[in-house]
Amino acid sequence: MSKNLFVGYNERDTFMHRLSGSTKLIGFVSLSIIGMVTFDTRFLLGIFLFSIILFWKSQIKLSEISFILKVIIAFAAFNIFLVYVFSPGYGISIYGSHHMILGNPNQFFNLSWEELLYLFNVLLKYTFAVPLALIFLLTTEPSEFAASLNKIGVSYRISYSVEITLRYIPDVQRDYRTISLAQQARGYEISKKANLITRAKGAVQIILPLIFTSLDRIETVSQAMSLRRFGRHNKRTWYMARRFEMADYLAFFVIFLIVIVGVLLFKVNNGRFWNPFN
Amino acid sequence: MVEPLISFKDFSFKYDSQAEDTLKHINLDIYPGEKVLIAGASGSGKSTLGRVINGLIPHAYPGTISGSCVVNGKEVADSSLFDLSFDVGTVLQDSDSQFVGLTVAEDMAFSLENDQVSQAEMKSAVSKWAKTLQLNELLKNSPQEISGGQKQRVAMGGVLIDESQVLLFDEPLASLDPAAGLASMKLIDELATKQSLTVVLIEHRIEEVLHANIDRLVVLRDGEIVANDSPNKILESEELVGLGLREPLYLSVLRRAGIAITDCRQIGHAETITNPAIAESLKSWTKGAKLTYADKKMTSLLELRDIKFAYGAGKNVIDGLNLIVHQGEIISLVGQNGTGKSTLSNLITGFLTPDSGKILFAGEDMADLSVKERSEKIGYILQDPNQMISKTTVFEEVSSGLVLREISNEEIQTQVNEVLKICGLYEMRHWPISALSFGQKKRVTIAAILVLDPKMLILDEPTAGQDFRHYTEIMSFLEKVCAEKDLTVILITHDMHLMLEYTTRTIVLDAGHVIMDDTPAKVLTSDNILQRASLAKTSLYTLASRFGLPSADDFVAKFIESERRMR
Repeated sequence: MSKNLFVGYNERDTFMHRLSGSTKLIGFVSLSIIGMVTFDTRFLLGIFLFSIILFWKSQIKLSEISFILKVIIAFAAFNIFLVYVFSPGYGISIYGSHHMILGNPNQFFNLSWEELLYLFNVLLKYTFAVPLALIFLLTTEPSEFAASLNKIGVSYRISYSVEITLRYIPDVQRDYRTISLAQQARGYEISKKANLITRAKGAVQIILPLIFTSLDRIETVSQAMSLRRFGRHNKRTWYMARRFEMADYLAFFVIFLIVIVGVLLFKVNNGRFWNPFN
Repeated sequence: MVEPLISFKDFSFKYDSQAEDTLKHINLDIYPGEKVLIAGASGSGKSTLGRVINGLIPHAYPGTISGSCVVNGKEVADSSLFDLSFDVGTVLQDSDSQFVGLTVAEDMAFSLENDQVSQAEMKSAVSKWAKTLQLNELLKNSPQEISGGQKQRVAMGGVLIDESQVLLFDEPLASLDPAAGLASMKLIDELATKQSLTVVLIEHRIEEVLHANIDRLVVLRDGEIVANDSPNKILESEELVGLGLREPLYLSVLRRAGIAITDCRQIGHAETITNPAIAESLKSWTKGAKLTYADKKMTSLLELRDIKFAYGAGKNVIDGLNLIVHQGEIISLVGQNGTGKSTLSNLITGFLTPDSGKILFAGEDMADLSVKERSEKIGYILQDPNQMISKTTVFEEVSSGLVLREISNEEIQTQVNEVLKICGLYEMRHWPISALSFGQKKRVTIAAILVLDPKMLILDEPTAGQDFRHYTEIMSFLEKVCAEKDLTVILITHDMHLMLEYTTRTIVLDAGHVIMDDTPAKVLTSDNILQRASLAKTSLYTLASRFGLPSADDFVAKFIESERRMR
């Protein structure tokens, strides 16, 4: 049940599943950084293709991620739209030239090839990291998350809070359902039949007991953890940690190469932007 | 001479948040290899004593200590929680909250991870203890996938893996059904012998804990030790009841039959107690006792006809269930976890809609009634009052359901005050909820439902985790209110005492069917049913069969009735 979060781990045997969680996390983080910094369309297209291939290789089914995918697409589209609406001439000011499609550079609303290229870059930035993030989430056992975070340098207390959150989400969901049923049984309408204000009031009726129940639980959990010496040392080991194997080192090498290419392109392009209009 | 492993010397403790000492001048030695039960009513200080042993006092609960408590040579007040945790492994009352890992194996390894033990060592330790505790099949399971008894075993594994000498259990029976509780007590006994552990059990349910073959019984009252002896010595005397605890039923019935417990031998278990006079006395007592049959008019109030229900496309959770509940009955609904008890109550209250079949209330088909409309007829009360209370004062909480009905303020005042008086809460009507005890909160939740004037109540485990005194308080209150308002009640429970003492009819659910519908005494004397419902045999039944009484259920029923009359 804990695995049925909106995206959850799927046990399959692929190359991506066999990589250690830390490797995937490092890959995701470093490619995201270099991808966010650069505006080289060729490079962005390259890593976009790369992440799509990895995604395909990890045998994640589209049906498993359709919901989150729709959310991301809607968000990205809306964002691109806003970026254009607020500053339609931004592409022109970046690339320093204007190849117009509609209107002229003196109007506020105009459309240039420069702006289109800029928007395309932004779109790529939003999308290339998505498959990578999904790969990390869906091919790494939740139990390994905390260990992976800790391994890449996040303090183990923070890392473990991720694990504890995953552990208790289903319990809190269960509490929520129980409380909600009990409140409805007293006449609080929270279904779609009632108007918004009534529903909001009904929701408050649930939230309050939920908070108190959760606070009680947090106290017990933290006691249970200190009774088993959580926080005694500055470091801890992880039952579910994975050792780096050959494949992981290979992956690091590939990641390193990609990042280097990205950095070298800054030099070639004399900056973050690749400018085909010169 | 053997040194005590745990030694309290004139130990007193006062919580910073409280005005008086919770523990007063405790002197107690616990020796290596002993199994000690620390019993007492709620508020007697027994949990506080446990917290001293594992070091949560003073490290997590600040307060004032006087005197000394030494655990394995370490003065508790001067050692860290971490140091003490090597000597004392604690299994908390709520083994679900103690489960901090995502899977069984991770949770068992938790303390080793914190000690920076290598992965290989962890794996071998986990597999060793998983084998001992029969958890090998479950290593990869999440806490949501395993039962209460299994969770408790995981919690035991998680502390035994430290090889600590003392195992401390805080109310180990509170969250287990009777069968799992019995199994847990036997396992504790077995483990203690095999691993030569010292075991400290904090519990108020003495009869069940006796199955762990404890060596010593320590009884606390108001922060002081009032009894500290071998269990047999204490059981012989009649003092337990005076201390707010429940005496084992088999002893009560023998006393009732006129047998002096002091003349009996091996009194620790219903299976072993002997005295040549028992058989004769029990037989003649049973013969002499009369059962009264209350002639009630049987008007059907709630009727379920061939109800079927499945979640999604899964298999039927409720599978062709038929049931008639009569006006004024108090019924217990029992069955293993996952047999559809909550599904059934959700079908009745309207949160779920049956796939087929009919639910009639006072002859009216409820299919078209919304949850809200049904709530005017049927009240549903959760086990944990904290999950129900959403206002800050007693009056606000009790009136909140009426406020929704848009009736005049004066009307609300009158109705609420009337219910508050019935529930004995009128004097507290302006109190903040946080100032109430558990039992009082429970009454508030019941009052908040009663004010809606339902005809029927469904209560989920109304007395879970309550000691004998509070249990009696809650149930006599409920009994009184039901009689006054002519309510019909369904109690969902695992508590066999509750079934026997307060309900007249027991419905046993298994795999979505009613597998038995009879008096509680009959249900609790049917071997096969007990197993399927995860209940345990009562010691009364054991006595009846050991001493050749003609009818076990007749014997049980008569005893319960005589108890009722005594109340």
